[in-house]
Amino acid sequence: MSDEEDDIILSELDNEELVQQMHDDLYDGLKEEIEEGVNILLGRGWQPYQVLTEALVAGMTIVGNDFRDGILFVPEVLLAANAMKGGMAILKPLLAETGAPRMGKMVIGTVKGDIHDIGKNLVSMMMEGAGFEVVDLGINNSVDAYLEALEAEDADILGMSALLTTTMPYMKVVIDTLNEKGKRGDYIVLVGGAPLNEEFGRAIGADAYCRDAAVAVETAKKFIARKHNQMAAG
Amino acid sequence: MTLSDRDLTEQGLTLDTGGAARLLVIGCGAIAREILALKATNGWTHMDLACLPAILHNHPDRIAPAVEAMIKEKSERYETIFVAYADCGTGGYLADVCERHGAEMIAGPHCYSFFEGNERFAERAADEIDSFYLTDFLVRQFDAFVWRPLGLDRHPDLIHSYFAHYRRLVYQAQVNDPALDAKAEECAARLGLAYERRFTGYGDLQSALASVAQQRPG
Repeated sequence: MSDEEDDIILSELDNEELVQQMHDDLYDGLKEEIEEGVNILLGRGWQPYQVLTEALVAGMTIVGNDFRDGILFVPEVLLAANAMKGGMAILKPLLAETGAPRMGKMVIGTVKGDIHDIGKNLVSMMMEGAGFEVVDLGINNSVDAYLEALEAEDADILGMSALLTTTMPYMKVVIDTLNEKGKRGDYIVLVGGAPLNEEFGRAIGADAYCRDAAVAVETAKKFIARKHNQMAAG
Repeated sequence: MTLSDRDLTEQGLTLDTGGAARLLVIGCGAIAREILALKATNGWTHMDLACLPAILHNHPDRIAPAVEAMIKEKSERYETIFVAYADCGTGGYLADVCERHGAEMIAGPHCYSFFEGNERFAERAADEIDSFYLTDFLVRQFDAFVWRPLGLDRHPDLIHSYFAHYRRLVYQAQVNDPALDAKAEECAARLGLAYERRFTGYGDLQSALASVAQQRPG
């Protein structure tokens, strides 16, 4: 970063410049700057939801696109996510108070035997950013853990993640159990993880395989809209 | 022949006996030394070797296409091609490639499993989900395969993001080498993990290669 850029004083930027700068700061994983930018926008009277969508989610979408296109790699995405998390921590309590739109509720976790949660954490964060309520079960989840949480939380969506080819078949165990209990139709089931693909998602009976966090958000929105339309029609 | 780990990582290896061999092993550069050791010990002079760059280990989506390209390039010249990879994160794609071209491959999910023995590894798997494995090659190339690709050279604070749920590093030793043991222990310390050394030898790699070598005796 040049000296000139070091001298940028966020509070002196107009809104448009500040949002643009926050996109750059997210890209560079600058957590403190993101937190400062969020506070400045809130201080200028922006609604928390507007800060979230225009400054954070839009910035993280750029990061996600560049990751998908091979321009950014996992370490940079993690730094950006940490920066976004800093901003989200400020916004989250305010979002609840100000009645930001709620899209639906998702229960998410990595499957039994799998402790790799980087992708799952990114999906959780981006889903929250898109207005979904996320119940994160963490790592190494059994069928029972998923099913209990889905029922207790009255969730709309089940998200399952796996990094290992040895653990990804467990997703089918969960879906088969939902089928056996006659509950498969109650939930939208999204699956993801590096070794998965669309074919695998179809074969195990998931509603969709999601290649990355951005796709997970768009897919979840699409399925939720379809569910609402069906309810309205029914 | 002098083998450099850096070459094995970035370029792979071609060992061509100049037309005499009818059997080709296409393998991962990360196990080239082990294949060569078994070849020398067992006198498999009828076996040629073509190893793909070991760094494909970090990009499993590229393994199946790279193996398929190599099979196509070499298939006219050899009667038998054996693929010295396990599934290695290809999600079954490598098995599809091998089936399409009539080539056998090593059974199992990855080298950690076949070095230890697939059966034994599977038995232990449920108790070892928080173990991070390194082989001889990966200990030697720890920086190239783990530290730098994960960005830990630039952002050591990311260790928690990657390794928070890991408890120990298991060094699967193919040979007895105190220097490698010490380096593996140092790797564990850098990652903040407990350390365990486990001698595996060549595991199922040995029986898989012996099986194909005996099918095509020299």
